Amino acid sequence: MEERLEYIEGAEQPISMHPKKFALWLFIVSTVMVFAALTSAYIVRQAEGNWLEFNLPSVFYWTSAIIVLSSGTMHWAYTAAQRDDMKILKLGMVLTSILGVAFLVGQWYSWVALVDRDVYFVGNPAGSFLYVFTGLHALHLISGVIFLIIVLISSFKYKIHSKSMTRMEMCATYWHFLGGLWIYLFMFLLLNH
Amino acid sequence: MAVVNTATHGDHAHEVHDDHHDNFITKYIFSTDHKMIGKQFLVTGIFWALIGGFLSILFRLQLGFPEMDMSFLRPILGGWITETGELDQNFYLALVTMHGTIMVFFVLTAGLSGTFSNFLIPLQIGARDMASGFMNMLSYWFFFVSGLIMFASLFLEKGPAGGGWVVYPPLSALEQAIPGSGMGMTLWLIAMVFFIASTLLGGINYITTIINMRTKGMTFARLPLTIWSFFLTAVIGLLSFPVLFAAALLLVFDRSFGTSFYLADIYIGGEALPHTGGSPVLYQHLFWFLGHPEVYIVLLPALGITSEVIATNSRKPIFGYKAMIISMLGITILSFVVWAHHMFVSGMNPFLGSVFMFLTLIIAVPSAVKVFNYLTTLWRGNLIFTPAMLFSIGLVSFFISGGLTGIFLGNSAIDIQLHDTYFVVAHFHLVMGSASFFGLMAGVYHWFPKMFGRMMDSKLGYIHFWLTFIGVYMVFFPMHYIGIAGFPRRYYSWTNFDFANMYTDLNMFVSIAAIVTFAAQFIFLFNFFYSMYKGRKAPHNPWRSNTLEWTTPINPGHGNWPGEIPSVYRWPYDYSKPGSAADFIPQTVPLSATPESNLPHEEELVKLEKQIMAEEGQVLVANESNK
Repeated sequence: MEERLEYIEGAEQPISMHPKKFALWLFIVSTVMVFAALTSAYIVRQAEGNWLEFNLPSVFYWTSAIIVLSSGTMHWAYTAAQRDDMKILKLGMVLTSILGVAFLVGQWYSWVALVDRDVYFVGNPAGSFLYVFTGLHALHLISGVIFLIIVLISSFKYKIHSKSMTRMEMCATYWHFLGGLWIYLFMFLLLNH
Repeated sequence: MAVVNTATHGDHAHEVHDDHHDNFITKYIFSTDHKMIGKQFLVTGIFWALIGGFLSILFRLQLGFPEMDMSFLRPILGGWITETGELDQNFYLALVTMHGTIMVFFVLTAGLSGTFSNFLIPLQIGARDMASGFMNMLSYWFFFVSGLIMFASLFLEKGPAGGGWVVYPPLSALEQAIPGSGMGMTLWLIAMVFFIASTLLGGINYITTIINMRTKGMTFARLPLTIWSFFLTAVIGLLSFPVLFAAALLLVFDRSFGTSFYLADIYIGGEALPHTGGSPVLYQHLFWFLGHPEVYIVLLPALGITSEVIATNSRKPIFGYKAMIISMLGITILSFVVWAHHMFVSGMNPFLGSVFMFLTLIIAVPSAVKVFNYLTTLWRGNLIFTPAMLFSIGLVSFFISGGLTGIFLGNSAIDIQLHDTYFVVAHFHLVMGSASFFGLMAGVYHWFPKMFGRMMDSKLGYIHFWLTFIGVYMVFFPMHYIGIAGFPRRYYSWTNFDFANMYTDLNMFVSIAAIVTFAAQFIFLFNFFYSMYKGRKAPHNPWRSNTLEWTTPINPGHGNWPGEIPSVYRWPYDYSKPGSAADFIPQTVPLSATPESNLPHEEELVKLEKQIMAEEGQVLVANESNK
């Protein structure tokens, strides 16, 4: 019996995952590698000394809360789509998009706070790294917000429902990833700055 | 031969597409067909190989004949030939930089992986096309734009990038350093960003396609080794190219925005620059985290192609199929933990150097496994010396002779003497450059009939092989001696040093061999383009090969198989199977059709096969009656 199961498994057409979803995961892997490289560079450079010490902008706590909250609303919208609850889906997507933009605004104010501390992009690499982390993450987040708005529009056109979830699933995956990426960067900075 | 089509799978939606006719632009330019994209990569790769080869001839002229009057090159090089007929010194640096960049990235990454991954993956795993044809098209066009920018940089007044293909800061970061660190370097970085995007788009597609779109029965244990090698290459690219992107991004900030990631305490003309607190070694770490895996991005596809060509033309199953896969996996993993062996003399901690030395030398194990498997596949085979087979054997030869010197260079102590000498140049040109180039050539000769429906002329192929094979050894073997004597690479001239004078004739010999080898490539070029239009029409399966691509029509259309995609019942290496009358059994032949040659464990599978066929037959009947 066991042997037979094995063979059938081998003979079946081995499509296991939607190719586009899979490609998104691979894109996430490459993004992880970019940030892994940058944070490793940060540690290597920090170990060499001549490192500017300064306090992280407290606005990061707010933006971290916002991004976690937006992951919550994203999941809320996602489960609503599974249940075909269009009202909550739209509400959830609108909230997530607003929170996404709010996060970006908050990150801008973190730069303002850095400038107030006399930490500029040009100067000691301790500050430059911080601008690169936040800036590159914000660029990814802008792409995430664009994705959110695309899904938002299609949810208002009733194109997202329990029978057509691919785009919604991809959007949710990407958004949770971007949130997780920020939390990683923030934790990294808290531990290593 | 029995062909049993039991399956009802296949992409029926595709059949709609066969009706509309492609115009010139959608067929040849903005094509989403993986076969056309593969050919686009090939032709662009050949174009870049010619440019890259030509640049190397220019600097070989300088190295072999330092006193030569080069004013005859003025029609091409213009101001780069000085009043007295000498090659401009800064342009020499640009030449070696562009030769390296073009050969490593444009020819052996895009031209090799881009061509054969695109062309062969869907054909050999039994898919209609790549997972995303659009992304695939973007991948080519990003590569094309990248090439356009790099090409334009060749014509800048101050010349293209000149800091070596590794573009180490501070040399590459400061415009005041050399003319080649100005606009040429900026264009180099922009071109590389496009190139990274192209590689990632391609790689994501290759991995997705191989994992998700294999035909019925095509398990991982039945994949041809070509596909395994393309798969692992794409994985390496996906993990390492983003790191190059990060390194390049910080370099861009240093160059154009005034940050100091890599720059510290630099004085130019007695003036201190404002940059403080940077670390140039940081760049080397980031760069070689890509740079070393890149070696395997270049080499693995060539090894995969060789496995396929050698097994087919030895009429024997590949020796150690699983050992081949495991050793490729081992190379993939090890490629990420050896990068600092490029930096033994960068001032890094010697203890760390010992760790990297140890890890580096371990790579010899999987590499040796692969070499032994090639040799044991060839051993007592019914060898058929097609041009592709000769190039594959040539690859094995270079892989051995170039790999042996790797054991020297991997030692952190010996590397102090050999670092940045011509010994290194000889080593990597044999093991990475020539081996991969021979893999590329083997692939072109072997799959030309599938690409263009015609055969290449094999006599010209033999001439091309022997001239290139002997030429490569004539060029790179003497370089070992020049390197041991201590000649540094990238130097414009050595004649000022006394110890170097005794090698002038050897350098002249190398340069002449290089020119002859380069000239021999035009035989290939003629053969390639002539055979494309006037070559002998290809038979259905010219090399009597087992893999799926030879079950498509001679000129496959978009979608590859006119009917259903064939199912796969066996591994791709059933050559000269004992008991079988035919000396090869394609993957599409069910085990139940070959009772005379089945092994005991395969007989077990036959029973299940029959059972499944019976069940599927019932389903088919049920489907018919429902209509």
